Amino acid sequence: MADMILDRNEKLDVREVLKDLDKYEPRRHNWTWREPAPNLKMGPFEFHDMSKPLKNGVPLPPAKFFDDIDPQPLPVITTEIASGRFEDDIRRMRMAAWHGADHIMVIRHMGQSHIDGLMEGTPQGIGGVPITRKQVRAQRKALDLIEDEVGRPLNYHSYVSGVAGPDVAVMFAEEGINGAHQDPQYNVLYRDINCVRSFVDACESKKILEWANILQIDGAHNANATAREAWKVMPELIVQHAINSLFSEKVGIKPENISLSTVPPDAAPAPAMYLDLPYAVALRDICDRYKMRAQQTTKYVCSSVREATVTHVMNMVISKLTSADIQSTITPDEGRNVPWHIYNMEAIDNAKQALVYMDGFNELVELKKDGPLREMARDIKERACLFMEEIVEVGGYFNAVEQGFFVDSAKYPARNGDGIARKIKGGVGYGFIFPREEDYMAPVTAHFGYNNVEQYGGDPKNPSALIGGCTFEDRSKIVYIDELDEVDNVNVRLEKVKKYLDGKAIKPEMEWCGDGVVMLTMCVPTNVRTAEATGLQIAEKLGLDKPEVISKEIMHPAEGTRIEIKGKVTFDIDPDSLVLPPPPHHLSDEILYKEFKDHHMSVVCGTVGDDEHSVGLREIINIKHGGIEKWGIEVNYLGTSVPVEKLVDAAVELNADAILASTIISHDNIHYKSMKRINELAIEKGIRDKVIICAGGTQVSPEDARATGIDEGFGRDSHGIDVATFLCEEAMRRRGDLPEGGHLVGIDEDE
Amino acid sequence: MIREDDFQERRKHIANLSDKELYDRFWEMTAQVVDPLLELGRKNTTPSVERAVLLRMGVSSLDTQKIVEGAMDRGLMGHGTGNILYKVSKAKNISIRETSEAMARGEYWDDAVAMFKEGK
Repeated sequence: MADMILDRNEKLDVREVLKDLDKYEPRRHNWTWREPAPNLKMGPFEFHDMSKPLKNGVPLPPAKFFDDIDPQPLPVITTEIASGRFEDDIRRMRMAAWHGADHIMVIRHMGQSHIDGLMEGTPQGIGGVPITRKQVRAQRKALDLIEDEVGRPLNYHSYVSGVAGPDVAVMFAEEGINGAHQDPQYNVLYRDINCVRSFVDACESKKILEWANILQIDGAHNANATAREAWKVMPELIVQHAINSLFSEKVGIKPENISLSTVPPDAAPAPAMYLDLPYAVALRDICDRYKMRAQQTTKYVCSSVREATVTHVMNMVISKLTSADIQSTITPDEGRNVPWHIYNMEAIDNAKQALVYMDGFNELVELKKDGPLREMARDIKERACLFMEEIVEVGGYFNAVEQGFFVDSAKYPARNGDGIARKIKGGVGYGFIFPREEDYMAPVTAHFGYNNVEQYGGDPKNPSALIGGCTFEDRSKIVYIDELDEVDNVNVRLEKVKKYLDGKAIKPEMEWCGDGVVMLTMCVPTNVRTAEATGLQIAEKLGLDKPEVISKEIMHPAEGTRIEIKGKVTFDIDPDSLVLPPPPHHLSDEILYKEFKDHHMSVVCGTVGDDEHSVGLREIINIKHGGIEKWGIEVNYLGTSVPVEKLVDAAVELNADAILASTIISHDNIHYKSMKRINELAIEKGIRDKVIICAGGTQVSPEDARATGIDEGFGRDSHGIDVATFLCEEAMRRRGDLPEGGHLVGIDEDE
Repeated sequence: MIREDDFQERRKHIANLSDKELYDRFWEMTAQVVDPLLELGRKNTTPSVERAVLLRMGVSSLDTQKIVEGAMDRGLMGHGTGNILYKVSKAKNISIRETSEAMARGEYWDDAVAMFKEGK
């Protein structure tokens, strides 16, 4: 296992990860924060709030303008990956780590919270992944390999809740999980698991998390995702955070391993900043002992990924102005499908981009110390305090739950009477609480509460010594179960997509290997309903299987609708059938700047013949369009419809080093005839040895251009960089700095 | 319950607290809410707590629920399933794993009942 090293040019083969899994031991189980890098210098900049850079990664798109730097913000960045097939999620995790995520959260399979005990094997999930020992171990092993590749620890995370919370906590501690959601209030309110049972179980679960140094995240944010009017539940959110946090601390979890899941409750068109910023301040004032995991609100996410992205970015302004130890990302396609690979990367990039953009922001601005911000924050804190007082008044938490205190849509102390009420004597798991007898005993590490090991001569500080150590001390006692279902397991699934895994066929993929899913975006110039039907018919005619409209946005009620459709392609691409054109040969800015600084180059140029086209040549020369002026080449532009004689005369007169002729019109091969004539004139005037002659145009083929006697031709899709690269190398060849036919090493080329 | 916003009335006793005093009061109230919950955890056990104990003792996840059900059926949960397993394995002089597999199959339960119900 230790000898498995990932190669950046090779796909991660999940089949290799699955080998010898029964013997795999995780490296660690504790949570890891990013390593701060104060005053980090990268490229031309000095940064203020960044962390240690990655060894390998994919930088933001504009990085190419800044020496390809990829600064990493200080907060841990979360991504949620759970498509239902853990094996395909592993490859997405690798992409995510390269983009800058170091907190990989796995959502679990729908219904798992009501299963009594651990699930085993690798069944396919719905709405998440069945969390099993094999699945966890395989993903942890893969993440261990990926963290070597990116050079940063990766935190792996899932959920400790439901009626098997303590079972899952044990397995997580054994398998090296680093973060977990654990909040008994979530079970009570949203899973209708008996409230007493939930808290007794939570004591044991939290004790285990504490032993393994697992970071705990709570579930309070679900209240604003559930409440009818989310902006009114702010006092309750603080109450829920406080109950779980102090409860956890009293079980033994260190405050720095307790993280609140906090969500700005609103979204535009609400005046969201005015409502959410005071709440963020109030929460951080009250819960200052704990860490903040900031997440975007999901309540309002619709099918527009643009809308979701803007909310996410604005939420991160709040994170920056207040604090976020962990910045979660919500995939912007969450409102339309189970998130796709590409949208996890978009979300991670959104977080990285926003936080890098705001580097050092708090040195420039600060929140007002008085006025409405502080008044509103105080109002929320007082309401939260009164809420907690009333819980005590009615006789405690269970009575408050029974009376429907929680997730009421009114702003406390107002009540709408629509809260979620749960009976103390009811819910899943009711009737399964047993008082411990005097001789109650559990010979294991990290067990909470009364434990009479003394009756057997045991040491209360080390109960597991009675059995020679439990699985937390002796891994060999762990029972590893491979598969329970002969059909529903990873081996069967991988066999079905073998040709793709082996590189024998290629198919597009959004979630699962070989799913064939693609997306079409179009503007249909009709009303919504017609546009939707039109889009579907277009997708069908294009041959897409199971087309489905996933987003529709009105451009105008009658003029047009933006439609996005997903569907499946029904064919494979044979990689052997592909013809890859050679990559473009481009020299770096550094080389080009130096060449034209050390060796002045002057060119004369124009569109020749009876031809008024000017755009193409301007793109080649103009500095605004990345043209050759950029690197210091002196350009003498003669205009359009320039006679070839005039072009050559100008070269003589200006003592130019090169002639660039633009030749767009091509009937009767006039373009090649012009090139031939320029070459002849240059010879006649005695400048051919001195002057480099190039011509370009949409119908120009380099081979045919060179056959006319000029030095180079540039066809469709040529840019300034192509011309500058040629001029640089040709000048060097003529000087003898490069051999005849020689080239320098270009960008992305090997020595 | 439906209630109008009576915040101005309710806040009278905390209106003049400093931010620090409000903070302290909030956390004092929170402690009063959570302390009894911790007490429940100390004094009680549940099937899931017991399964988690058994897992740490090296019992297969396929057997934990069967052992917990065996204990519940015979009114032995209050002693702890780990305790039952420990005591039976000592009495039979076999490993904890072997004991757990046998008990999951329904064996040794009469011994367990005898050990825990009829004096220690």
